[in-house]
Parts: sequence; C-alpha cells; structure tokens
Amino acid sequence: MTTTDLARQHAPVRRGSLEALRRRPVVLGLAGLLVLAVAIVAGVGLGTVHISPSETIAILAHRLGWGAEETWAQSSETIVVTLRLPRVLTALIVGLGLSVAGVTFQGLLRNPLADPYILGTASGAALGAAIGVLIPIQIAWLGLGLVNILAFVGALAAIALVYRVAGGGGRSTMTSILLTGYAVGSMLAAGLSLAMYLSGSQLRQIFNYLLGSLAGSDWQSLLIGLPIVITGTVLILARARSLNGLLLGDDTALHLGVDVRRERAILLGLASLVTAAAVSLAGLIGFVGLVVPHVIRLIVGPNARVVLPLSAIFGGAFLIIADLGARMAGELPVGIITAVIGAPIFVMLLRRYRTGYQL
Amino acid sequence: MSERGLRIDIEGLGLRYGQTDVLRDIDLHIGAGERLCLVGPNGAGKSSLLRCLTGLVDPTSGGVALDGKALDAVERSAIARSISVVPSGVDLPFSMRVEEVVQLGRIPHENPFTGATDEDHRAVAAALARVGIEELRGRDVRELSMGERQLVLVAMAVAQGGRLIVLDEPTVHLDLRHQVEVLSMLTRLTDDGLTVLAVLHDLPLAAHFFPRLVLLDGGRLVADGAPAEVLSPARIRDVYRVDPRFVPALA
Repeated sequence: MTTTDLARQHAPVRRGSLEALRRRPVVLGLAGLLVLAVAIVAGVGLGTVHISPSETIAILAHRLGWGAEETWAQSSETIVVTLRLPRVLTALIVGLGLSVAGVTFQGLLRNPLADPYILGTASGAALGAAIGVLIPIQIAWLGLGLVNILAFVGALAAIALVYRVAGGGGRSTMTSILLTGYAVGSMLAAGLSLAMYLSGSQLRQIFNYLLGSLAGSDWQSLLIGLPIVITGTVLILARARSLNGLLLGDDTALHLGVDVRRERAILLGLASLVTAAAVSLAGLIGFVGLVVPHVIRLIVGPNARVVLPLSAIFGGAFLIIADLGARMAGELPVGIITAVIGAPIFVMLLRRYRTGYQL
Repeated sequence: MSERGLRIDIEGLGLRYGQTDVLRDIDLHIGAGERLCLVGPNGAGKSSLLRCLTGLVDPTSGGVALDGKALDAVERSAIARSISVVPSGVDLPFSMRVEEVVQLGRIPHENPFTGATDEDHRAVAAALARVGIEELRGRDVRELSMGERQLVLVAMAVAQGGRLIVLDEPTVHLDLRHQVEVLSMLTRLTDDGLTVLAVLHDLPLAAHFFPRLVLLDGGRLVADGAPAEVLSPARIRDVYRVDPRFVPALA
C-alpha cells in the first residue's frame, strides 16, 4: 500500500473542493482576484446613478491609458473617477490592511480572538479623532483633516504606550502585552467617553467615526494611506516565516532560529502602522480584521505565507462589497454591515473550533 | 544517512539567576553520534543545562562549543540548523495538520521570500517516513493521541535537520508503550549518525535506552558514565533520597 493510499484510508473526510483549494491555494488566490475585480466594477458602477459594467470597465480602462473610445457621458466619468473610484479603492485598502493586521495580531498574540484593535489602537484612534472634532480650528495637511491625522497618531500612540508599559522590549510575554492593551484601551475609552460627553452638537461627528464609514473617501487621503498600507503589508509578508515560527511559542520559535524579541517588535510595529492608516481613512470598521483571517485559515490552514496574501485579497473584496451594501441601504455606516455579516460567521466559527489546545 | 552528529564540549559552565547558582562548574563532553541522557531530581539543573546548550540563555561563566566553535559566536539561525530541539509540548493556537507542524521545522532553512522549496518538502516527507508517521500526515494534530503528537514533534525536529537532537522529557504524559516507541525512535536517530541528548525522569528506561547517563544534583554534575555505574544504589539514596528498591531494574 502506498503512502497516498494510507493517507486516504486514514482521512476519509478530506476530499472535495475545499481540500482541493487547500492543496492549491494559488487557485483560491486567482479566484479572489476575480472576485475583487468584479467587486471593483460593481462598486464603481452601482449606485443612485447606474453605470453599466461595460461602460465602467471602459472608463476605468481609459483612465489607465488603455485606449477605449470615449462613448460615455462626461457626467458618468466624473461620477466614476472623482466619487466612486476613490471610495472603492479606499475600501479595498482598508479591508486589505485590516485583514493583514488581523492575521499578524492573531499570530503574534497566538490568540484566535485577536483583531487589529486589540492592543488599544481602536480607543487611541477614536480618542484622537474625537479630539480632532472638538478642536475648533481647521487644520489641513496634505489634504488630510485634523480628524484623520489625530486618529492615526492616536492609534500609534496607544500601541507605543502599551508596548512601553508592558516592557515589550524585555522578557515580557504576549499575555502581559495583551492585558496591558486591555488596560490602556479602557483608559483611552474613558477619555473618549469624556470627549463625547463634552462634545455637545459635535457628538454626531464623533459617533460617525466610531461606526466607521467610507463616505468621506477622496483621492488625497487615499494616496497618503495607500503607500503606508501596501508597504506595511509587503514587509509583513516578508516576515511570514517568523510569524509561522511564533505559532509554536517563544522557546520553540527561538529553537527554530527566530529572533523572537526583534521579530515580535517589528511585526507589532508594522501591523500597528497598517491598522493606524486604515482607521484614519475609514474610522473603526469592525469584524473585517477578525473574520477574514479566520475564514481563510479555515480553508487553507495556518501557514502565514498563504494566509496573508489571501486575507489581503478577500479582505479588500469583502469591504468593497460591504460598502456597496451600505450605500445601497441608503448610506448606512459600513461598520454595521460588516458586523451584521461578520458576527454570525464568527459565532459559527467559535462553535466549531474551540480556541486552542495542547499538542 | 552519512551525516555525522554534532560534537559538544561544555567547560566550566555556571549559571546564576539572581543569588541562586542553578548550574555550577559543569564539564561535559559529548562525542559526535553519542546518545546521552541527563537524569537527576527536580531542580537539579537539567533543563537549565539544555537551555545553555541550545543558546536560549547565556551562561554566567564557562562556555559551550559546538564542533569546537564557541556557541556565543554562532548566529541563532545557524544554531537552529545544527541543533533540533523537541519541545515537551506545544500549545497551538490554530487547528493544524501533522505535515504543517512538521513543515515548521524547516523554518531555519526556508528562504524568507520564496517559502518552502522542493528540498524542504522532501525533508518533511523524509522526516515523516523516518519517524514512521506518514499515514498521519493529513490528520489534524488534535485528533491524535499524546504518543502520536510526541512523534509529530520528533518528526518536526528531524525535518529541521539538526545534527544534535535535544529532548526535554519527551515521554512525559505517555503510557509505557508510547514511551518505548519514542525512545526506540531515538536509538534509530543515533543509528543515522546524529547526536541525541535527552532529559528523562524514568531511570529504568533511561538505563535501558541510553549507553551513557549524566546525573545532575543541585546544579552540579555528580556522575557520568554507563547506567550501572551512575545509578548505584548508594547514589540513588544520596541524590533522590529514596530507597533504591524503588528502582527495581537497578537494585
């Protein structure tokens, strides 16, 4: 009997299309790119003014410099290029960034319940945004509003504080970082509550930020956020090996040649940077960074080298579609849509997979 | 396999945590291809010695040399290619299959950008075959028995390709049959030419499976040699403070 026969005999439930995808994740990646392309075209074409898929593709191709005779109304092109395209691409970048950061935090903390916001970035960003709303002067820098800038700074400041307080450079464990993250997050949340209490008529603006929305997307902020998210993602991807090693815990990772302290600091920094860029573009959008990595891992297994790029592709597509849903439902905050889709999926996963076990 | 095991020279090794001397003046030379077992009561310093030897902690005095080269001059990734450590257990945060766990042993060899190569896949297949768990490759590790899981971790260490295999209590939680299975596996690894260093609590099994035992007590090396020599009734009484009749194979 050959090994394959034995493997079949011992694993009778491992056949079917999901198993085929697990063996060939590239196929899933190509399928993901196709879904992403369809999502982009649908996201740009659908709305109060419908633009047909062929026209949408023609306008996009034209903009990319691929010929195409101009047969469409100028108004269609304006809608596509100045309104919808930046919004769809922002959704792509935010969904991609949150998913990649989610994979990284879950791996680093060795905790399947981790998400990009777990170490206080959410509260830090929210407090920063609230302060931005409350400051009565209007400052704009490179086309970014004060709210975006302070949200970005707040997210990074929160994680830096957590890392310092937990003594992340020393012998501290990820558990102590996790607990410190919770403490710092609670403190910042108290600050946020105070800001909201004092905000009066500006409460709604803060509230909108907390719910997460892509309605305010424009080219300028996208062009600042995009390089941060993409660079961070590429650098995380280049460290997939370390992320895999850290799955086994600190000592075993060290025995596998992973410089645990350094790699952890670098990965934590990169994932935080990506998260900060995402929240400053779109506010606090939940569940994307939690659920997308889990679903991908469920299909292809936990190898970060495979999970990271697939989460990036599907995370981007998922948020474009969720945002399209939000727009079709009359500009609901997209965070509501992602939670409505994400929470049931997450509960289902929790029921199927208990959170960790001994080997 | 023609590869030779790693030679280890430990000289004057001391380790101090705060005010406590965990290891004192250890001299130990392990030849290439030897199979050696560290024994001794809890707190004797066995695990600390392994940690010094694998570069996890820096000794306070003295040093370790691998094939004549000082350990502190060797990079961590290079140590990882020379020494495979079998963890006594691992907490996995996510569901993983046997071959995925064994694949993690290839981390020190993988190219950070391209990932696993054909050579890595061959090493994983060879390790699964050497440990005799090919048929488990597609199974989820949590479906396995404790004994099978331990073999998976041994396979991971074999895939790692170290010329020294280090095991800290590899048979803890295992029933007798699986203990024997894991320990027989270790003799096969020395047959392959690898150096094997283990920590065991079960003295009769240690005496049976290892030609050379090293007994530690209170951070000192108190005996080194053939099992019958090292585990004399007098020493069992002195070091373990039990009646030697509790170790029937030696009495």
